[in-house]
Amino acid sequence: MEFFRIKHDIPFMSYGRYTTAISLVTFLLAVFFLATRGLNLGVDFTGGSVMEFHYAQPADLNQVRGQLAGIGLKDAQAQNFGSSRDVLIQVPLKQNTSGAKLSEQVLDTLRQHDASVEMRRVEFVGPQVGKELVENGAMALLLVSLGIAGYLWLRFEWKFGVAAIIANLHDVVIILGFFSFFQWEFSLSVLAAVLAVLGYSVNESVVVFDRIRENFRKMRKAEVAEIIDNAITRTMSRTIITHGCTQMMVTAMLLLGGETLHYFALALTIGILFSIYSSVLVASPILMLLGVTREDFIKPEKTAEQALP
Amino acid sequence: MNQYPLWKYLLIFVTLALGLVYTLPNFYGESPAVQVLPLRANLKADTALLQRVENALKAASLSPQATTLDATSVKARFNDTDSQLKAKDILQAQLGEDYVVALNLLPRSPQWLTDINALPMYLGLDLRGGVHFLLQIDMKAALDKALESASSDMRSTLREQNIAYSGVSREGKQVTVKFRDAEARSKGEDELKQRFSGLSFSERDEGGEYLLLTTLKPEEEKRIQEAAVQQNLVTLRNRVNELGVAEPVIQQQGADRIVVQLPGVQDTARAKDILGRTATLEVRLVDDQVSMGAAAPFGTEMFKDRDGFALLVKKSVLLTGERIDDAQPGFDSSSNEPAVHINLDSIGARKFKEATRENVGKRMAIILFEKGKGEVITAPVIREEIGGGRVQISGQMSTEEAKDVSLLLRAGALAAPMEIVEERTVGPSLGADNITRGFHSTQIGFTAIAIFMIVYYLMFGGISVLALGANLLLLVALLSMLQATLTLPGMAGIALTLGMAIDSNVLINERIREELRNGITPQAAIHAGYDQAFRTILDSNITTLIAGIALFMFGSGPIRGFAVVLCLGILTSMFSSVLVSRALVNLIYGRKPRLTKVSIG
Repeated sequence: MEFFRIKHDIPFMSYGRYTTAISLVTFLLAVFFLATRGLNLGVDFTGGSVMEFHYAQPADLNQVRGQLAGIGLKDAQAQNFGSSRDVLIQVPLKQNTSGAKLSEQVLDTLRQHDASVEMRRVEFVGPQVGKELVENGAMALLLVSLGIAGYLWLRFEWKFGVAAIIANLHDVVIILGFFSFFQWEFSLSVLAAVLAVLGYSVNESVVVFDRIRENFRKMRKAEVAEIIDNAITRTMSRTIITHGCTQMMVTAMLLLGGETLHYFALALTIGILFSIYSSVLVASPILMLLGVTREDFIKPEKTAEQALP
Repeated sequence: MNQYPLWKYLLIFVTLALGLVYTLPNFYGESPAVQVLPLRANLKADTALLQRVENALKAASLSPQATTLDATSVKARFNDTDSQLKAKDILQAQLGEDYVVALNLLPRSPQWLTDINALPMYLGLDLRGGVHFLLQIDMKAALDKALESASSDMRSTLREQNIAYSGVSREGKQVTVKFRDAEARSKGEDELKQRFSGLSFSERDEGGEYLLLTTLKPEEEKRIQEAAVQQNLVTLRNRVNELGVAEPVIQQQGADRIVVQLPGVQDTARAKDILGRTATLEVRLVDDQVSMGAAAPFGTEMFKDRDGFALLVKKSVLLTGERIDDAQPGFDSSSNEPAVHINLDSIGARKFKEATRENVGKRMAIILFEKGKGEVITAPVIREEIGGGRVQISGQMSTEEAKDVSLLLRAGALAAPMEIVEERTVGPSLGADNITRGFHSTQIGFTAIAIFMIVYYLMFGGISVLALGANLLLLVALLSMLQATLTLPGMAGIALTLGMAIDSNVLINERIREELRNGITPQAAIHAGYDQAFRTILDSNITTLIAGIALFMFGSGPIRGFAVVLCLGILTSMFSSVLVSRALVNLIYGRKPRLTKVSIG
C-alpha cells in the first residue's frame, strides 16, 4: 500500500508567499491572545492548592461551594473532574493561611456533610516554588532552543539552525496561543509536552534539511527552489506516516489517559499538527530567505582539493 | 551483502535476552508484606531477628509466602492484605518499640531474579500513592540564632575578662561591641578573636565611641547553614522512622530544602504533625542513691537509655536543650579518647557551672523528649566544676557512638524552623487508576501502530513492529535496572517514545521503497536504505535528546520522570530500530543472493 505516489515535485517554494502569510497570521493571532488573555496558569506556577475528592454518589457542586464558603474559602473554585462524582477544588494562594493545613481543613468539612468523601489528590505549591518553576521552565525553553540551533549549526550550517529554531518557536507560540484562546490550564506537564514538541518538531525539520543537503550534492544543476521542493516531496510520505503513528499514540493518551494526561496529550496533538506544517512550509521558506546556496556545502570539498599538493 | 557478522547477531541476541530477564519482574506483580526495621544502633537485622519474626508469625498461625533478610530489615510477604495487617499488629506487639514494623509491597518475582538485582520498575508517588513534601529551611533564623548566641557569649567573655565595654548590640548580620576607649577595644578584640574563630572583626570610631564590628565569616555562615540542613535531615529521619513507612525518601534538595517522600502514607495530617513536631532536651541529675524498685520514689522519674537500661533521674531540670549551641564529635585532648564537645550559650554556661560545682562525682543524664516520652541519650559522671560553657563528654565511647550522641544532642530539635512549600498527595485509588490508564493507552496506541505498519509495509512493517516491541522491552528493562522513578508523565513518555521511535523505521522503509523505485536490486536497496536513513535518524534523535536533557536538568518531580524516559527511549530506539530491525531483515532476506522481490508494499 502506498498513499503518496507523487510523480512530480510539488512546487512548495512557489507558494512561499501564501504559506508565510498564513503562518504570520496564525503566529500574530497567537501572540495577540497571549498578550490579551494570557495563559491560564495552573497551581504549579501560580502557587495555591488543588484538591481532588471522590464521592460515592454524584456530588452537588453548589452544596460543596456552600460548605467551602462556610470555612471562609469564598474564592475557592469547585468543579467536576472527569465524572460527576469527582470534585476538583482549587484555592488560590493567600497571604496568611498555611497551604499545608488547608487540605485537612477542607477534607474535614466535606466529611462532616458526607462521610463517603475520599481524598484522591492534594497539590499545594508555595509562592516561591511556583516562581522557580516558571523560571526553570523558561530556562529550559531557552536552553533547548539554543542547544538545537547550535547542533544544527554544527551539523549543517547556521542558516539551517536559525530556520529550524524559528519554525519551531513558531510551533511553540501557536500551542501557547491555543492554550490562551481556550483558557486551558497550563500546568507543568503541558510545559513538558511543549518542550517535547520542540525536540520532536525539530526532528521533522532535520529530515527535510538532510534531504536538502543531499540534493545539493546530487542535483548539481537544479535551482535552490527545485532542490527544496524535491526534498519536501520526497520526504512527505514519511512525514505524514510518522506523524500519523505518533498521533495514534497521542490520541490513545488523549482518550484513555485520564484527566491528568489530557492537556499533556492535547498540547502534543497541536504540536504534532503544526510541526508538520511548520517544518515544510515555514522552515524551508526561511531557509530560502536566508539565501542558502550550494556553496554552503560544496566548499569543504574544494578546500580539501586545494590542500593536496 | 546484507549479512551481519556472527558477533553482531550474538550481541543483539544477548542484549534482548538481558532485556527480557530484567523486564520479567514487572510481570509478577507485588504482594502485601511487612518489613521489620531495628530502630537502635545496637540492634541488627540478623538471623536471630528473622527467627523471632518467623516464630511470632507461626505462633499466630500466619503463614507468610516468604520471609527474607536483607542488610537493614527482615521482610515477610503475604497472600492478602488481611494477614499482612494482622501480622503487623502481632509483630509490633511482640517486638516492642525498638523496632519499626512497616507495611510494604514486595515484588512476587522468584528469588533468582531478585538475586541478580532484577527488580520491577520503581513507581513514583503518583502511581503508587503517597505524600511528597518539599520543606524549606529558614536559614535566616539559623543565622540569627547563631549571631544571637555569639553576642551573648561575647558579653560574658568580656565580663569574665574584666574588660570594660558599654554595650553589645545586633543589627541584622552585624554585631557591634561598644568600648569607652581604644585600649579596652584592642584588649577586647584580642580576647574575642581568640575565642570566636568564626567571626571577622573590624574597628570603627564613631562620635567618640570605639566600636568593634563583627560579622560571621562567609565560610562560617556556610558551615552553619550546612549544619542546619544536616541536623534537620537527621531529625526528620528519626521522626519519619516513627511513621513506619517502608521506603521513605528524605533528601537535601538545593542549598536549603529537604524533600520528604512517604510512599503509601495516607494520613497526611499525622505525617505533617510528626514532621513539624518540636522535641526538647533536658539535663537532669541521676539519682544513684536509691536502689531500683518497682516504682520511682518521690521527686524522681524512671527513664530508659538507648540500650534499654533503666535510670532513676531527678525531676528538677538543670538545663534545657535551648542552651546547647552546638555539639560535635571529637577527641579528648589528653587521653585521645573519642568525645563529644558541647557548646553552651552564656546563660547555660553559668547555670552549668553552678550545677557542676555542687554535684561533682554524681552523674547527670541528658534526656531527649519526644511525644512526651523521654529517653536518656547519655549519662556521664561529673568529674569537676565546668565553667566557660565548653562541656566534654568522654569515656567508654566509640567514635561511632560519639557521632551518634552528638547528632542526637543536636537533632533533638530542628536547627532552624521549616515550612512546607510544596505538597503533593496522591491517594492509592488514583495511583492504581493512573497505572491502568497509562497502560491501556500505551497498549491501544501500540496495537494501532502495529496494525497500520503491517498493512502499509507488509513484511517490513512486521519487522518494524518487532523492532518497536524490542524497543519497549529494552526501555522497560533499562528503567527497571536503573530503578529510575516511573511517574505518570513517565508512562506518557514511554508511549510517546514508542510513537516517535517508529519514525526511524518509517524513514528506513520509505528509503528502501524509493531506492527500489529507482530501479536498484532489492539487496542494494536494503543496504542503501539503511545507510542513507541512518544519518537522518542520528540527527533527529540527537535534537530530541537535547530537549530531553534540558527537561531533565530543569524539570522537577514528575517532569523529570518524563525526561528520563524520553532520553532512555531515544537510546533504546536507536538500537532497536536500526540494529534489531536490520538483523531481522538480514536474517530473512540477506542470505538470498538472487533476491528479486521484497515484501514492502
